[in-house]
Amino acid sequence: MASALSTEGLRRSFRGFVAVDGVSLNLEPGARHALIGPNGAGKTTLINLLTGVFRADAGEVMLGPERVTRMPPHARVKRGLARTFQLNTLFGGLTVLESVTLAVCERRGECGDWLRPVVSRRAALEEARGLLAKLQLEDEAATLTRQLPYRKQRLVEIALALASKPTVLLLDEPAAGVPSGESPELLETIEGLPADVTILLIEHDMSLVFRFARRITVLAGGRVLTEGAPAEIAADERVRELYLGDNPHV
Amino acid sequence: MAVAPDPAGIRRARWHPLELAFWAVPIPAFFLIADRRQFMSQIFIAGLFALSLDLILGYAGILSLGHAAFFGLGAYTAGLLAQHGWSEPLSGLGAAGVVAGAFGYAASFLVVPGADLTRLMVTLGIGLLASEAANQASSITGGVDGLSDMQAATLFGRFSFGLDGTTAFVYSFVVLAIVFLLARRLVNSPFGLSLRGIRENARRMPAIGADVGGRLRMVFTFSAVVAGMAGALLAQTTRFVGIDVLGFQRSAELLIILAFGGTGRLYGALLGATVFIAAQDALAGISPVYWQFWLGAVLVLLVLLAPGGLLGALERLHRRVLQPPLARLLRKGWRWPAL
Amino acid sequence: MAAFVGIVFDGVAYGSLLFLISLGLSVTMGLMNFVNLAHGTFAMVGGFLCVTLCSHAGIPFLATLPVVFVAVGLAGAILERLLYRRLYRRSHLDQVLFTIGFAFMAGGAATWVWGPSQQPVQLPAFLRGQITLVGIDVGAYRLFLIALVAAVTAGLGLLLTRTRFGAQLRAAVDNQQAAVGVGVNVGLLFGFTFALGSGLAGLGGALAIDVLGLDPTFAFKYLVYFLVVVVVGGAGSLKGSLVAAILLGVVDVAGKYYVPQIGSFIIYAAMVALLIFFPAGLYGRRA
Repeated sequence: MASALSTEGLRRSFRGFVAVDGVSLNLEPGARHALIGPNGAGKTTLINLLTGVFRADAGEVMLGPERVTRMPPHARVKRGLARTFQLNTLFGGLTVLESVTLAVCERRGECGDWLRPVVSRRAALEEARGLLAKLQLEDEAATLTRQLPYRKQRLVEIALALASKPTVLLLDEPAAGVPSGESPELLETIEGLPADVTILLIEHDMSLVFRFARRITVLAGGRVLTEGAPAEIAADERVRELYLGDNPHV
Repeated sequence: MAVAPDPAGIRRARWHPLELAFWAVPIPAFFLIADRRQFMSQIFIAGLFALSLDLILGYAGILSLGHAAFFGLGAYTAGLLAQHGWSEPLSGLGAAGVVAGAFGYAASFLVVPGADLTRLMVTLGIGLLASEAANQASSITGGVDGLSDMQAATLFGRFSFGLDGTTAFVYSFVVLAIVFLLARRLVNSPFGLSLRGIRENARRMPAIGADVGGRLRMVFTFSAVVAGMAGALLAQTTRFVGIDVLGFQRSAELLIILAFGGTGRLYGALLGATVFIAAQDALAGISPVYWQFWLGAVLVLLVLLAPGGLLGALERLHRRVLQPPLARLLRKGWRWPAL
Repeated sequence: MAAFVGIVFDGVAYGSLLFLISLGLSVTMGLMNFVNLAHGTFAMVGGFLCVTLCSHAGIPFLATLPVVFVAVGLAGAILERLLYRRLYRRSHLDQVLFTIGFAFMAGGAATWVWGPSQQPVQLPAFLRGQITLVGIDVGAYRLFLIALVAAVTAGLGLLLTRTRFGAQLRAAVDNQQAAVGVGVNVGLLFGFTFALGSGLAGLGGALAIDVLGLDPTFAFKYLVYFLVVVVVGGAGSLKGSLVAAILLGVVDVAGKYYVPQIGSFIIYAAMVALLIFFPAGLYGRRA
């Protein structure tokens, strides 16, 4: 079966410190895959490698049938790979509608147009408004992003990624800073993501992970410790020890 | 510092009455201050130059201390053409734009990648290189003495640039207006939105599929073209190109003009140019020492007290004092123009 | 051959001077991420102070040096606390504008007080003229410069590596947030570092009178060189500033000797070229 996103032996070190050490991952289309591991395990570095922010020292990244290892981030996005950021990386001085419209225009390749006003791009605007509606952000359309409450900003994070109509979506701790109980829109949004989109979720919030994921990979010290269905992972002694034991990490 | 957003959440491109009023001002000025038309043409030229910097600084966030390089390139191009007998101004203008744009494009590969400090240094370096080059190639550029034996331009074969400055006034005003119109469209376009996105958070842009480098190079090149055109206008209206067109002094002054007026607002460039050139003229009698000192003082105060420049201050004034009564008076939604 | 050695020697002397002045700028940019285009002003003030002490108070040149160092350092500390501190969080554009404005004011004031012409300085007799070193005649003053700057550099090196202040400074340059997190009083650190950098610049300015000349345009005239040292060496790096300054000094002197018609062209072109390959400078950390 063709995979939506896969890596083989991905490796990256920073001045001698090996952050990601030979990680191989394989996501089938429509997967609901979670990546967990203690702090410093290399999860965000892995995301940065997958998206192209960091260049891999070794290994390959395949998006569908295509090898994207040498492609810059924006090229990978054009091929259907999108991500959200663990720390809000938003356009503070743009309104919510402007931000999402920008992302939509980028996808539609309309950002080369420097003569006609944004207001006239009806299709893009409509799509942006639709996206805002889906994420329950319509009321905030005219609000400056930096003036939004934190949990709404997390929703905008996801909106920006969804605007690229990705086939593969990497969510980097979407619930960071938001206890899952406190943001039903966030939960609804994540669970309401289209079934044909392949999702890799990095999270520390275990209730979210176990509720959402059909398959879990555990990362520790830059390496894959184990991988399996949620029930297997929950029962795995090594995983328990990883989180609760006093194993000194690398 | 941001302008209050439109209630619909997205910028409209409609012309605000204040804008129309602003553009109408030169018309009475043309008639009422008829003896200073040449001087006013210099204001338009400075405004055009400042506009070019606003595109890269105010909208794309590229710090440049060497933009005069492109201004000077344009000036020398038009000047040299005129010196060798080609005095048709429009083609000279076009040639200047092309030359400056070509250099701008090449320079953009050096300027665009890099943090603020690196860009400052690279642009400073480019400006200094251009200055040095012009100095060394004095057989072509006239060196410190400048280019002066330029053939007088004749517009459309009929209008000559006389001493009264009428042709200069109309010519530079029209060029400024046209370029401004294009710049205004650019700023309100999806391209303009992406520039603002880059300025707001350059890190997020690749993650939504934007080729940041390519886009910045494009706007830098466009900005260089406009700067070059402004330089050509200077050469053509004053029939002289001094070596100072390229110098650090001019680049620094440009930065100051834009800061005065307010960055990222297009009109800030025009307002800043008007105030600066007028002040420079009115205070021409003062010794340069005082001018430098007080210019510095105004800059310091500007940064400490009025970070948005003149336009930012006007906007704050409007919001706190004028908005409520004006809104009531005019009934319809009265807002400050968003640019 | 002798000419070549002479050039290298002159270049090293010139570079040492640049290093002394630029170091403060490098640390300010690396530590506080603050673009201070007025840094040359501190050097200028140091120079003028030295001249005033020498000619009006009759204090011998060498004795003015520590006074200048302390006085300019103090002035820097006060300035940092009152004005600069507010600008750390502002955009780089605001910092550029502010410091340019400040430098304009200082330049204007200096012209008004001391006039626009070059200031003379009276070097002590034993520093004038030439000394024969290893069979080559070298300027005594330049030799003195190199020795002094070498001593200062050694002292700074010890300060950085052997003292707590040095450790805190290195930590804060590396990762400011973490440094705050382990209890480093960053405000105090900034103030002290800024004072030290300003003091060194003032000292450099006084020493530079004989080599570079001193007039109210000093700040902007040599600003480019200071910036080149910082950017090429990498902001925040002592070693980087030293290497870059020496390199710049030698290349500039050699360039002006061997290919005078090109003049400063080489420096600017070399800087632009270097920045393409090393955007964070030779020893820089921020990309």
